[in-house]
Amino acid sequence: MATAAKATRIDTASGAGQSSAPELCWFEEVCKEDVALVGGKCSSLGELINAGVRVPPGFALTTHGYARFMREAGVGGALPGMLEGLGHDDLDRLESASREIREMIEAHPFAWDLEDSIAEYYRKLSVRCMVPAVPVAVRSSATAEDLPGASFAGQQDTYLWIRGVDDLLHHARRCISSLFTARAIAYRIRMGFPHEDVALSVGFQKMANSYTAGVMFTLHPANGDRSVIAIDSNFGFGESVVSGEVTPDHFVVNKVALDILERTICSKEITYTVDARTQKSVKIETPFERQSVQSLIDDEIIELARMGKAIEKHYGRPMDIEWAVDKDLPAGGNIFILQARPETVWSEKRKAEEAAPGKATTAMDYILSSLLTGKKVS
Amino acid sequence: MKFPVPHDVKAKTIPGTEGWERMYPYQYQFVTDDPVRNQYEKETFWFYDGLHYPEPLYPFDTIWDEAWFLALSQYNNRIFMVPPVRGVDHRMINGYVYISPVPVKNPEEIGSRVPHFMERAGHYYKNWDALEAKWKVKMEATIRELEALEIPRLADMEDISVVTDALGESKGYHLLKNYDDLINLGIKCWQYHFEFLNLGYAAYVFFLDFAQKLFPSIPAQRVTQMISGIDVIMYQPDEELKKLAKRAIELGVDAAVCFSQEWTEVEAALKKLPKGVEWLTSLNLSREPWFQVSTGTGWFHHDRSWNDQMNVPLSGIQTYIQKVKQGVNIERPTEKVRAERDRITAEYRGLIEKPEDLKQFDELLGCAKTVFPYVENHLFYVEHWFHSVFWNKMREVGAIMKEHGVIADVEDIWLLRRDEIKQALWDVVTAWATGVTPRGTQTWPKEVEWRKGVMQKFKEWNAPPAIGTAPEVIQEPFTIVLWGVTNSSLADWAAVAEVKDPSTVKEFKGFAGSPGIVEGKARVCRTVDDIRLLQEGEILVAPTTSPSWAPAFAKIKACVTDVGGVMSHAAIVCREYGMPAVVGTGHATKIIQTGMMIRVDGSTGAITVSR
Repeated sequence: MATAAKATRIDTASGAGQSSAPELCWFEEVCKEDVALVGGKCSSLGELINAGVRVPPGFALTTHGYARFMREAGVGGALPGMLEGLGHDDLDRLESASREIREMIEAHPFAWDLEDSIAEYYRKLSVRCMVPAVPVAVRSSATAEDLPGASFAGQQDTYLWIRGVDDLLHHARRCISSLFTARAIAYRIRMGFPHEDVALSVGFQKMANSYTAGVMFTLHPANGDRSVIAIDSNFGFGESVVSGEVTPDHFVVNKVALDILERTICSKEITYTVDARTQKSVKIETPFERQSVQSLIDDEIIELARMGKAIEKHYGRPMDIEWAVDKDLPAGGNIFILQARPETVWSEKRKAEEAAPGKATTAMDYILSSLLTGKKVS
Repeated sequence: MKFPVPHDVKAKTIPGTEGWERMYPYQYQFVTDDPVRNQYEKETFWFYDGLHYPEPLYPFDTIWDEAWFLALSQYNNRIFMVPPVRGVDHRMINGYVYISPVPVKNPEEIGSRVPHFMERAGHYYKNWDALEAKWKVKMEATIRELEALEIPRLADMEDISVVTDALGESKGYHLLKNYDDLINLGIKCWQYHFEFLNLGYAAYVFFLDFAQKLFPSIPAQRVTQMISGIDVIMYQPDEELKKLAKRAIELGVDAAVCFSQEWTEVEAALKKLPKGVEWLTSLNLSREPWFQVSTGTGWFHHDRSWNDQMNVPLSGIQTYIQKVKQGVNIERPTEKVRAERDRITAEYRGLIEKPEDLKQFDELLGCAKTVFPYVENHLFYVEHWFHSVFWNKMREVGAIMKEHGVIADVEDIWLLRRDEIKQALWDVVTAWATGVTPRGTQTWPKEVEWRKGVMQKFKEWNAPPAIGTAPEVIQEPFTIVLWGVTNSSLADWAAVAEVKDPSTVKEFKGFAGSPGIVEGKARVCRTVDDIRLLQEGEILVAPTTSPSWAPAFAKIKACVTDVGGVMSHAAIVCREYGMPAVVGTGHATKIIQTGMMIRVDGSTGAITVSR
């Protein structure tokens, strides 16, 4: 599929090449070279699956599907007129243009065959997960995420616990429309990025019904030590950890020997869980007796670290990973990776250090200079 | 961090021990009558050497402390000219040894020592293997000399050969001379002990240091794992037991070997069987030198060898016979250990990003690997083999003193300083020559009884882990690696001193010796004799372990010790068996009782006790 992605520019006006290009695809059908087809997020999920990492299954509306929708909704053609002469600091006009475009997008139905395809993929996904009308996360996957200041792409838009074809379609349109927030439009104007060159993919991924979730770094966030994996976890969905609403449990695992070096169990006062009636994610107060219970068992910690190590090895660099332990599935197959991206803080620091490399010496010289320095004790 | 003033600690004499200072060399005392020395002692940081001395020293056993006081210091300060450090100074309070590294303060002097250090230490590092081979020859010759040394009894009439051979010397003179020879051989052996050790530890400690710079979270045990030797002779005594177990099964005498826990009974039974005699021949081959292994660390007169306590190796052989008959593989998983060592090293190397760091790592790893076998092997030669023979020679001296009435029991000899023994021997020999009663028959027995009481009181005293003024920087390699003096260890020591009632402690820490977590029933074994009580799957809790404890590790699922670092015997063996160990806890044998359920986390060093 990487070849299909070679068409780097999706022409929203003409729709050239769309007949041979897929409008939908499974995550496992793409890899990291397919950013132009399915955006950064979905392509990296595909990459992970193909690297043997357990990722909740899902599919993507490709940039071709997006382009066709935009064309049929008439947005592509209308854009130049609607945005003509707009300055990036003209807030009132930006707001009104944004509202107009977004309404246009959100009100427009998908073509019947595209809608049918999405419904068919969704049905197949539900069968695969053995859950009728399986709840999914609908999220935008931008093709320009790697650009500096990439937030214009609206990649923050994620809708959780979405069930049923109609809701999927509705939230897919919301993801698309988020490309045209006032802020995003203003940003593109300022950067001189043509609005019609923007492309988006939408991912539909099975919700991990997480008992416990969190993040994992394949180095020590405090000192950059690459020989450890640091894991933060809390009960429920990972939102509480990612958002920093709780002080999560913290584990440090030796990457080489896979043993737990540090274990800090915190008092975790809130949990994100799914509301049984509304089937939505809700924040609840964790029962007091459970707050200070270790949220990951040791076997899970080790298994996670093992996965983190494999992901780092695959990408050849330290990684920042979101994960979840699914309560619907039995132990041994219930830990999922939700996202993996390169770690940036320490990697940047290292690049800076490399400009001034230290010099290796003989063992004798090193011993001497160390003896002369001594060890500080107070 | 604040520590008590040494002189204040010493001033609180335990009632009934007044005058205890005469049991030890005078230079070991903290003084108040010499203002300059007093000032130095106050400004210096002294830490209790609990690693070597979990109990107060008997007057005679002080010999090894004096021996290493001299040997370690001279190699640092006068032979290798380690630039920033001189030797390690010693003091004693209530029989407990306090030590302190002495820095070179003048930067110019440090600078002027550098070229000498580079030349001298460089010579050893460069020619390590060849010099180590020479060392072995010297050491073995010294042990042979010791074994051949005769401690003569004093006959009423000297043998006729003294006359016919015109020898011109008496047994009395030989006793005096050979006692001196005995002591001198001991001191010489400790000269050799440190010939390589300072440099060996320096190479190890700074490899560790560099690895921790690259990987701040790397546990010391992982670094040790990368360099520890696989074919170290420390394992040989245990290998001999396994060999003998298999041999017994081969010869069909395993039932006879297992029929009693008393060696004398087993030996008598075996002698009646033709195949039993054959097995005994194999045993005798193993005994020299491998059964010279001490049941303790070898530092104290009460650490007897397997040869002295045949029930101990017998119990080990019996354990292995049972294991073999159950179809359990008793071989050391050497290949696995080697593969794991190589895997760990390769993975860490793979995580090093800068090529110059990788080069430095390889350089230091290579050096540490070269020196490390010595660091492990010297123990068998000195502390085990030599010492085991030495203590028994001293018992022969004790027997003569008892025969002449200056002590009531052979084992009383340990309550005398070695120079007092020399005086007593002069007393004995002159009285024997003259045909009168030694003066010591009236003075020593009383003094020995009093000293026994003092020793008992000393044992009940809690030695503070550190006294004096803490320094900002420590440069002496032993202090860092062997005694683990670091900021955090000082804080831990301060905390340990505060534990008043061991029966209330639920959680405490030691060094993470071997990774893994295990929960189980504790078995406290204070001496190696107790290891026969161990049940399959228990957790061994011991003051420390040594090679003679090896058979215990075939039964247990984790190990906890009071004394020792990540390179201690318990830690090394547990890593090999893949079971958790927490070492150097300071007081596990006081807190834990047999039968308690405990949780051992060998990755963090935490022990949890269910009460």
